[in-house]
Amino acid sequence: MADSPMLQIRKLHARAGEARILRGIDLDIRAGEVHAIMGPNGSGKSTLAGVLAGRPGFEIESGELLFEGAELAALAPEERAREGIFLAFQYPASIPGVTNNYFLRASLNAIREQRGQEPLDAMDFLELAKQKMAQVEMPKELMSRAVNEGFSGGEKKRNEVLQMLLLEPRLAILDETDSGLDIDALRVLAQGVNALRGPGRALLVITHYQRLLDYIVPDFVHVLSEGRIVLSGGKELAHELEKKGYGWLEIAPGESGDSSEASAGSGAQP
Amino acid sequence: MSEPTPAGAQARTETGEIESLASREYAYGFTTDIEQERIPKGLSEETVRLISAKKQEPEWLLEWRLRAFARFLQMQKQGHEPTWAKLRYPAIDYQDMFYYAAPKQKPKLDSLDDVDPELLRTYEKLGIPLEEQKRLSGVAVDAVFDSVSVATTYKAELEKQGILFCSFSEAVREHPELVRRYLGSVVPYSDNFFAALNSAVFSDGSFAYIPKGVRCPMELSTYFRINAGETGQFERTLIVAEPGSKVSYLEGCTAPMRDEHQLHAAVVELVALDEAEIKYSTVQNWYPGDREGRGGVYNFVTKRGACRGVRSKISWTQVETGSAITWKYPSCILQGDESVGEFYSVALTNNRQQADTGTKMIHLGRDTKSTIVSKGISAGHGQQSYRGLVRMGPKAQRARNYSQCDSLLLGDRCGAHTFPYLEVKNASATVEHEATTSKIGEEQLFYCRQRGISEEDAVSMIVNGFCREVLRELPMEFAVEAQKLLGVSLEGAVG
Repeated sequence: MADSPMLQIRKLHARAGEARILRGIDLDIRAGEVHAIMGPNGSGKSTLAGVLAGRPGFEIESGELLFEGAELAALAPEERAREGIFLAFQYPASIPGVTNNYFLRASLNAIREQRGQEPLDAMDFLELAKQKMAQVEMPKELMSRAVNEGFSGGEKKRNEVLQMLLLEPRLAILDETDSGLDIDALRVLAQGVNALRGPGRALLVITHYQRLLDYIVPDFVHVLSEGRIVLSGGKELAHELEKKGYGWLEIAPGESGDSSEASAGSGAQP
Repeated sequence: MSEPTPAGAQARTETGEIESLASREYAYGFTTDIEQERIPKGLSEETVRLISAKKQEPEWLLEWRLRAFARFLQMQKQGHEPTWAKLRYPAIDYQDMFYYAAPKQKPKLDSLDDVDPELLRTYEKLGIPLEEQKRLSGVAVDAVFDSVSVATTYKAELEKQGILFCSFSEAVREHPELVRRYLGSVVPYSDNFFAALNSAVFSDGSFAYIPKGVRCPMELSTYFRINAGETGQFERTLIVAEPGSKVSYLEGCTAPMRDEHQLHAAVVELVALDEAEIKYSTVQNWYPGDREGRGGVYNFVTKRGACRGVRSKISWTQVETGSAITWKYPSCILQGDESVGEFYSVALTNNRQQADTGTKMIHLGRDTKSTIVSKGISAGHGQQSYRGLVRMGPKAQRARNYSQCDSLLLGDRCGAHTFPYLEVKNASATVEHEATTSKIGEEQLFYCRQRGISEEDAVSMIVNGFCREVLRELPMEFAVEAQKLLGVSLEGAVG
């Protein structure tokens, strides 16, 4: 088992609600690797993230999804989280009346329990949180505010990365974490994410733009189109995509092009 | 409560994976096996006389009861049993229940040693130990079991400061002049159908009197327990705060699980004189009935406070998680200039529970101020309505009210409704009303779960967050209990 991938995806077909979105994904991710998934809007990037995390309404139709050898489909979202799968949300929910501090500690302690660790008390947690907050340059007062309530777009994303740093997941999935961020914020967040890179961990970075990959440099880049990975390569593939846009994929060799509604109008954007 | 026409917002959820399925066993559903004394079933003038005789009451009180009973009969004949609330239940047969049930005990209790150990054990099981060495610190408790008060703790300590805290029966015996002066002065027996019934047949309750300038050094608390089957509980609470005094009072209630419905019709009267302050908190956890709506308590209660003096203040905080049906509108009459009324409420209905609850803020004096914060949570087939009246009288110069009513829905078979009534007769008065309805979003739940938090913990966390503005008004010990109760009452509400 030592050499087998952390995450194995085999011929995965999945739907989101009524719509069939993923149409046969194959992907292996090993510990220590950083994979980027790129693709136009509607290509299935967020669906893939949702299926991995177990979002309700996202249903696996066929294929295999193994995390460290275990069938993911059998696990509830909270069980996947406790096993070490973390999703940084594109649009994190807000929870009025619940302080960020309380929420993050409840989350960390739920995960520590799974690892057989003692729960952290309020003081110890605050100490740890302070260190991690410094890494993402997050202002202290965000801890005493209600979870994501009234947070700016950038604050929400910082909060997501902060949680990732606190929970130290085995597999972290970043779902368009770069959207709506300016360059400075992007750099800070990337710094936080890179701090987590290491031999025991894997990272799946989902993005529409190549820009983020200047800061979080991937080992592999995959292009998703109409629910399939149509092209895989090294980090240079991201640059190529930036130059050419997604349009040229329509006529890429080996593409069947049986359905084009998902990608229609989703041309190149820098 | 007048008969208002329903108006305002109505909300129902439509879709969602979140489904209300089951609720955990009611933790206080046990029955105490104790020898009891009851008067025969049924309601007549004879019943009223019997209750009064059992309590060896003075003539004036019997007469008052009889006048109330005559009024009740009249209201019954004229069809004045309230039907305007958004509640559905079969007609109550007032002849088919017991109106007085009491554990058999020695005629006069000198100390707790005389209390039946079975009763002491009951309260201990409920988390309200009465024995000297185990008493809750900082809380004086009056324990009411069915129709009678069985014990009051810390009485002697309180008396040193001139504070009277005892059962209602004892107050009638020991302080008749106070009872006579204030009884029915805030809620007259003719006020409404259930108040008339209560005034005729009430059996016990709590009495508190805080003398001038005294700040009550501990929380006063009454713990109501219905035990006997087919028995109505009709208690009265009267709290009088003399000028410059201050008191915080807590009320808790539970009942065994029984298949038949039980009627609880209480009356609470508060009087705050000049610059006096009364804080009244309730955690109501009467048996709510089972998942199909069998059994459970009908909680038809009239609670009202009079801010008689200048700058007096009355604050109601309630957490209503129990009862099959709740009909309850704790209100403030803001008579004194610059007096303040507050109402903070969390009501939760799960399974087949129904609640029609809210408040009335009657502004009479100038520069009076009221705040209403109501949080309603519906799950399962639960139905609930917020019903609130804000009245600005002609002399209420610059009076102000702020109302906020928020509803939270879990699942798509429950309902939340808001019926705000406004009557403004003074042009300088200000009234603000805000209302929201939201669903526990799947996004919120999934977010929590993705962070490793179980679904039930997540619901409990979200609901407690939603209620935070109200829960923080509760005294510390109560707030913790209330939070747990909200969690337990919602267990199984998603899945």
